[in-house]
Amino acid sequence: MQIIQPHYHAIARTAQDYERMAMSGVVAVCEPAFWAGFDRRYPETFIDYFAQISEFEPTRAAEFGIRHYCWVAVNPKEAENKELTDEVLRQMPEFLQKPTCLGVGETGLHKSTKNEIESLQAHVEIAMKHDQLVLIHTPHLSDKAHGTKTVLEVLAGMDVNPDRIWIDHVEEQTIESVLDAGYWAGMTLYPVTKCSPRRSVDILEKYSTERLLVNSSADWGPSDPFTLQESIVEFRRRGHSLQEAVEIYHNNPCRFLGQNPKWDIKPITISEE
Amino acid sequence: MLSPQKNLEAYYLEARRDLLEVASMLDRYDRSVEKEGQRAEDESRLNSLLEAMSFLSDKDCPKSNRTEQLLVHFAKVS
Repeated sequence: MQIIQPHYHAIARTAQDYERMAMSGVVAVCEPAFWAGFDRRYPETFIDYFAQISEFEPTRAAEFGIRHYCWVAVNPKEAENKELTDEVLRQMPEFLQKPTCLGVGETGLHKSTKNEIESLQAHVEIAMKHDQLVLIHTPHLSDKAHGTKTVLEVLAGMDVNPDRIWIDHVEEQTIESVLDAGYWAGMTLYPVTKCSPRRSVDILEKYSTERLLVNSSADWGPSDPFTLQESIVEFRRRGHSLQEAVEIYHNNPCRFLGQNPKWDIKPITISEE
Repeated sequence: MLSPQKNLEAYYLEARRDLLEVASMLDRYDRSVEKEGQRAEDESRLNSLLEAMSFLSDKDCPKSNRTEQLLVHFAKVS
């Protein structure tokens, strides 16, 4: 089965991930800009990082036949540094022109501070100005419900097209509000702190799957890119067809990401002879 | 052995995850009942799980042997 990994932090992973993902059917990964585990001090560090994910990382993925795309942003944690954020945002449009850059992300909220909210607004404004897709991070654990509500309130006050915005890391307590507002919703599967493969399939069975994305968001912390495949196996184990799986784990990412013409992977149909 | 506080810090999130898995399993069962219009013919496993959780909700366990109690309890269900 052909699989798309819509949220994956490749620079934190080894080539062995790529090799195993290729063996398991992954044809493309998308790498949003994120927090490195420490707060970067210089805008130039971000610029080098954006160059790494927009220029170098596609070559590493290509060694294994995997297409690599990226998103650029100042993540919510570092958005607390307003001066740094403003300077990175000033230089960010250059990277939106890169042939594998799909949009602005992951922006969003961590602790829902004033600076984070202003940064989220600024990111969304740049995305709308440059006709870009947006990927929005929602907080973890006890901050999730409040942070997601705040994200929705911020977006409600802006002139945005919900079709072009993906709100990520939804769980059972936040998914309805995201879908009801017309946005795409992403489930991130983590071994401990986010959604699990089985719970993701519960959500797929409970809600309309038209605007749902599933990802592993594998990074430098406790995470595993193959939680995505675990979700697929669980989905199939419950009797859902191969085509239904393809619709969710391949075609839905194509439908959302395909709104950016740089994404040229098309939805597929499994034919039976 | 870790201190009481360190124990909670070390294992809370994993226990939280495991409880969420149990909750989602019970939700899944309820949805299947709603879809099929009938409960399972044999609900002994469901009842066993629910009874097990009543053991766990008691904060005091003088012998600190909840695990042993649960294993004995689960052995009653084939």
